[in-house]
Amino acid sequence: MPTAKDTLDEILTLAAAHFKVPREKLSPDEDFFKALGIDSLQTLDLLTKLESHFSVELPDYELQGVSDFRTLAGKIQARL
Amino acid sequence: MSTAEVTKRGETMSYQVHDGVLELALYRSPCNEIGSLSLEELESFSRALQDLESQLHAVIVHSEMKAGFCAGADLRELYRRSQELKKADAVRGVRDFLERIHRVLNTIDASPLTTIAAVHGVTFGGGLELALACDLIIADKTARFAFPELRLGLIPGFGGIPRLKRDVGNAVVRDLLLTGRSFNSTKAQQIGLVSQLAGEGEALRAARATAEQVRKFDRETSAAAKRFIKSIPYEELKAEIDIFCSLFERAAVQAGLKKFVESADAQPYLP
Repeated sequence: MPTAKDTLDEILTLAAAHFKVPREKLSPDEDFFKALGIDSLQTLDLLTKLESHFSVELPDYELQGVSDFRTLAGKIQARL
Repeated sequence: MSTAEVTKRGETMSYQVHDGVLELALYRSPCNEIGSLSLEELESFSRALQDLESQLHAVIVHSEMKAGFCAGADLRELYRRSQELKKADAVRGVRDFLERIHRVLNTIDASPLTTIAAVHGVTFGGGLELALACDLIIADKTARFAFPELRLGLIPGFGGIPRLKRDVGNAVVRDLLLTGRSFNSTKAQQIGLVSQLAGEGEALRAARATAEQVRKFDRETSAAAKRFIKSIPYEELKAEIDIFCSLFERAAVQAGLKKFVESADAQPYLP
């Protein structure tokens, strides 16, 4: 099973590639809505990509209030 | 009416016949929210479907909007109208709207033709209800499905619950309805909601290939098979309208609609 750090790194890499943002500009504690410049529909798109990449289910309500990459990684790690 | 004459382009959607397939394309920005104009155009499509059915073998419903297939009812219009009217008039208006859209979706559901929803992206609420009226749902990898109505103090009103109950198991019905969470297309296929998965942007192509396959079979046999395997839950559909209207009268619904319409939340779709 990947470590929490691995999961966080994978999320940052995946988000950077998908939304065409330089990877080095993303940091773990950053607000990903602002960092990626995404709206609600794109957030759903990111959720789908993450579920597919990690082969997990992430119920939307578990992500309510989650806005930084590190907390998001914790939610995914708990489902691996 | 001859199929050669049929191409209609409205403000929110268009339909045309191509190789014996009636294709309905939705294109109202941002994500095909269904309001009064969309309903009028869906009614026009429904009439064309009935007029042309003897000359067709399949129907495809799809979206031209990048955001997805359909985000459901136009909640902004619903809120605005409910503010403009007295409560009793607003409830009557809602009931009339629901009865009209039920007639459209019942026509699609009961059509002797094979009907296919080709979906991507947001397929929520009334959008999922439109897809559920079709025989097959073909989804690309970006599709997400949800019934988020409970966050507004409502239940799905376009026939979604009876059709979902007909098509999938109780665990799925309860999870989708009672949590309001969304499922991705892989999960939707695993639970039997989606027939086929397609790559991103490929759902319409897959739907057309499926329609081409359907064409090989005798129409009467296909229609008989469909009648045998797909019952229409008319009584439950009527009951759903009654429940929706009784819930709609409550102040909590107006508060929920107001909150949604005024929301600046980055995740307004979340329950």
